[in-house]
Amino acid sequence: MTVATDLQQVVEDTAAHLYVWALKDIPQDLRDAIAAAVERETSVPGRRVLETIVRNVEVAEERQNLVCQDTGIAVYACRVGEHFPLHPARIYDALKTGTERATVEHPLRSNAVHTITRENTGPNTGHRLPIVHWEFIPDWDGLDVKCVPKGSGSENMSFLKMCVPADGVKGIKQFVLESIVGAGGKPCPPGIVGVGIGGSADYAVYLAKDAITRPVGTRNSDPVVAELEAELYDLLNQTGIGPMGLGGDVTVLAVHIEHADTHMTLNPVAVNYQCWAARRASAHISAAGDVDLDREF
Amino acid sequence: MAEHRLTFPATEEDIRKLRAGDLVTVDGHIIGIRDRTQIRIFDQGQEPPLDLSGAFLLHTAPNVRRLGPGKYEPLCIGTTTSARMVRFTEPLGERYGVRAICGKGGLPDEAIEPMRKHGMVYFAIVGGAAALETTQIEEIEEVAWEDLMPECLWKFRVKDFGPLWVGIDSHGGSLFHDVQEAAQKRLEELVANL
Ligand code: SF4
Repeated sequence: MTVATDLQQVVEDTAAHLYVWALKDIPQDLRDAIAAAVERETSVPGRRVLETIVRNVEVAEERQNLVCQDTGIAVYACRVGEHFPLHPARIYDALKTGTERATVEHPLRSNAVHTITRENTGPNTGHRLPIVHWEFIPDWDGLDVKCVPKGSGSENMSFLKMCVPADGVKGIKQFVLESIVGAGGKPCPPGIVGVGIGGSADYAVYLAKDAITRPVGTRNSDPVVAELEAELYDLLNQTGIGPMGLGGDVTVLAVHIEHADTHMTLNPVAVNYQCWAARRASAHISAAGDVDLDREF
Repeated sequence: MAEHRLTFPATEEDIRKLRAGDLVTVDGHIIGIRDRTQIRIFDQGQEPPLDLSGAFLLHTAPNVRRLGPGKYEPLCIGTTTSARMVRFTEPLGERYGVRAICGKGGLPDEAIEPMRKHGMVYFAIVGGAAALETTQIEEIEEVAWEDLMPECLWKFRVKDFGPLWVGIDSHGGSLFHDVQEAAQKRLEELVANL
């Protein structure tokens, strides 16, 4: 009992730390991708936008300020080992309290409102907020927590289409292309395009969000899916939307796809956009309560 | 593509010199405004307590710390998506003589005609670059309608504010229109070759 309570405190402290850390200091893989984009961009305004983004990331670090003013909606991805001594119900409580503490103590702008009344519901928490994606791992006693604060400008650029099997993979590609061209400069490009395919309508959208939490440019382990990631990346960067929609070569930094097998008559595809400020911070927590902060997953 | 430095409030003559695609840096005073502020002015018919003639309006809801009555320190000030507020473009120019609207992501084509008619421009800023933007704000000089916090009317004094691009000029030009038109054409080609 005492162990579990202490562990709950550890998870809460970790969540509070991860939320603020994610907002202030973007991961190295993202910095590298932005730096590579500066080199690649040939349009004059596009290049200047990317240089301004690089400068902004440096200023945030120097002044210990937030990279972007939108503190987003708190999304966590948890991988829970079968033998981790704290039940997910308690892990959820800890993530919620940690989010609230970070918001009040820092302080951070609170964005959470009731969907109908638009009244503020709490310090970045509310009914079913924060949002947690769960994965359960057999034969393991640890917990991995990843915090991904998700901004609204990019979240508003989310799309679902129930393609039919006859549309094939061509239908999937076409929908992703149309979505990104239609989004234009609104989601603060260049960012990570998360694509979810297969499963059901709800699951495709869920997978698209999972996809944006991966480090920039990581490949899906299924070679067929990885090939589609590479092809979509090339196609999207030929659209000319460019940084901030001002025109240019770099429209996206990466395309990540997650998939699930589906019904023989279904072919769902979902797009979730993550802006250039693809904030992410993670930690491993052992059964004994040791915390190892890590940005690489 | 020219580069300009402008001080606000500005005149119609200053604004007519700008062309879509130009790069601009701004000094002087700018006014922070957002959805609820404009709903109060135009839908609820309340006169804004700050002078908007010649003004530069920034689409923002700043993170601030309260220092005392009417006195705030900027913590993190960034810019929000403009498209939601496009319907206020015409009355801002016609009734109040606003000269510039600044935000991220662009304004739809319905802003082109009012901007041409009233001598206004839309400036595109780098969305999300709030840490940098905050360093360009020297002081929050005035705040009105504090009950709308954070969507009040804010008066900021700025230095080297930018970089900004002229997204829509006062001659009927729109960078966003041109980029979107070209991208739609490109999209058709890409889809045809899938
Ligand atoms: S879309 Fe992303 S980078 Fe742009 S303002 Fe929102 S959170 Fe910030």
